[in-house]
Amino acid sequence: MSEMLKIVDLHARAGEREILKGVNLTVNEGETCVLFGPNGSGKSTLMATIMGYSTIEVTSGQILYKGVDITRMTVDERAKMGIGMMMQRPPNIFGVKLGDLIRATSENGDEILKDAGSFKMDSFLDREVNVGFSGGEIKRSELLQLTAQKPELILLDEPESGVDLEIIDLIGNKTRDLLNYGKNEVGRHVSSLVITHTGQILNYIEADTAYIMRSGRIVSQGKPMEFLKDIRENGYGEE
Amino acid sequence: MADEKTIREALGKKGAYGADLDLDRYEEGTREPEQVDDIESSDYKKYMEHVGVVADEMNRAGTLMFIDNGMSHCSTKRQEGLEMMSLSKALEKHDGLKDYMWKAMDPTKDKYTAKSYLENSDGYFIRVKSGYHIKNPVQTCMLLNKDKSIQNVHNIIIVEDGATLEMITGCSTAHHANDSLHIGVSEIFVGDNANLTFSMIHSWGKQTGVRPRTNCVVGKNSNYVNNYVIMNPVGSLQSFPVATLGENSSATYNTVCVAFEGSDIDTGGMVNLNGKGSKAEIMSRSISMGGRMCARGRLVGNVPGVKAHLECRSIILKDGGSTLAVPELEAHVADVEMTHEAAVGKIARDQIEYLMSRGLDEDQAVSMIVRGFLSGSISGLPQELQEELDKAIAQANLGD
Repeated sequence: MSEMLKIVDLHARAGEREILKGVNLTVNEGETCVLFGPNGSGKSTLMATIMGYSTIEVTSGQILYKGVDITRMTVDERAKMGIGMMMQRPPNIFGVKLGDLIRATSENGDEILKDAGSFKMDSFLDREVNVGFSGGEIKRSELLQLTAQKPELILLDEPESGVDLEIIDLIGNKTRDLLNYGKNEVGRHVSSLVITHTGQILNYIEADTAYIMRSGRIVSQGKPMEFLKDIRENGYGEE
Repeated sequence: MADEKTIREALGKKGAYGADLDLDRYEEGTREPEQVDDIESSDYKKYMEHVGVVADEMNRAGTLMFIDNGMSHCSTKRQEGLEMMSLSKALEKHDGLKDYMWKAMDPTKDKYTAKSYLENSDGYFIRVKSGYHIKNPVQTCMLLNKDKSIQNVHNIIIVEDGATLEMITGCSTAHHANDSLHIGVSEIFVGDNANLTFSMIHSWGKQTGVRPRTNCVVGKNSNYVNNYVIMNPVGSLQSFPVATLGENSSATYNTVCVAFEGSDIDTGGMVNLNGKGSKAEIMSRSISMGGRMCARGRLVGNVPGVKAHLECRSIILKDGGSTLAVPELEAHVADVEMTHEAAVGKIARDQIEYLMSRGLDEDQAVSMIVRGFLSGSISGLPQELQEELDKAIAQANLGD
């Protein structure tokens, strides 16, 4: 399997505070990796750094995507290369309608929009992006946008957080569809890195590898369900 | 009303807001302009189409055009219940009209109203008789055609009890008349159970001075919507329309402005909530592209049980510009519900990067947010105006 994402000794800060303190992590092609870790360990910062958000400054280390060093690339350059992200709390985009955004960012936006009903988002296409959306609506909107975008590396920051139980099936199934896009007899093509606190999303997706992050570093790597069981029973332990 | 001496003294009275313009700099505009029978084939078509005025007059109940200080075109589709003509002609026809003259506007308000009064300026008269609903919009156009001159007009609009009217009024400057001044006094009377949507689209010259003075008196159970759009460079523009509401009536002001380099725009509106159960909403979206932009709003609650909201949002897209939001809430009784929101600044970086993370480059992301900010954030615009606004936004050079 080729390496889709390789992070080498990555240090990054937000403002004056160093948050990532030497992260090493690899996601292979078709691999679904889960990122566990206590609050404040740097998981969301790591995702924002991979996506290239300017709130985070990389001070040293490398992010390689398909073997290309993307550490200094802009957000849109990374997106155009095939990286897509579901944010946990995306900003309100006043005045921009969800349907218009999807049309502008997808080659087959109109087709995707026809399927918006299956995301329960058909009545949101004329709404301003994220404005007044509930937790579950934000997740469905992000999934719809990512489905239109068709990334090859998908970063999902807590896809199940803030979601009502009755909608978790929908979120889980759509996430699985997204990760399985282009899957064939050879295997899965899309790679992903998924942050989860509750582990609920693991009931829907086949996760291959889990990482535990603590204090800005990856401290262990292993099997997702085993890690989840251990975390549920013992927590993350003392810092 | 004040006596003539007091009004004459008001010729020296500066406007409450905006730069003080020297009226003596300008000559008078002609009261006998060229008569235009067919706008479609006239040279003026190009100026009108920028400001929402449809030259072929399709889907319009009527068209009225002023060039400088005189009427040059008036056509109606013989719409029952609708009267359109010059104010001077209307005063000859309707004895009672003089009772409306300067009833909604104090001629001593400032030098501009005083000048209009003292020169007995002409303008348009539009009336919808009681109970009539005019299906298509009426369009009017005010064209400044003489350089270094004043266009000085006085308009009266009357929407009688139970009547409905939508108006699109476009104002523009001919290319050769850049350094000129527009003074437009509009007195609007909306009766009981009546509706008026008054949409104004402006496209002036880079040096043009603009001083509209619009006051509206609204009866009971009625709705008044005032939309204002300017998306082109202008010299100095100052406007602060005032509406006074009766029982259970509502007023909505939507303002969309772009201040380009060299432009000084000071605009907004005021609503007096005088009737029990009256409501008002003032929404403003403005952008500074290097010019000075001031967005004002003032809501005055005079009786219990009124509700009103004011929202001014402004973005600076180019260095050298400035933006000022002045939201004011004034209550004279305890039981009122009045709120405001104001925000000025640049486009938030996280919004731009969110769209970039979907594959748009930075310019495309900024452009999408700006277009959305100007056009999509205000709901309930008439479809005609929304289309004009979208067209104006597409044509405006907003950096993409």
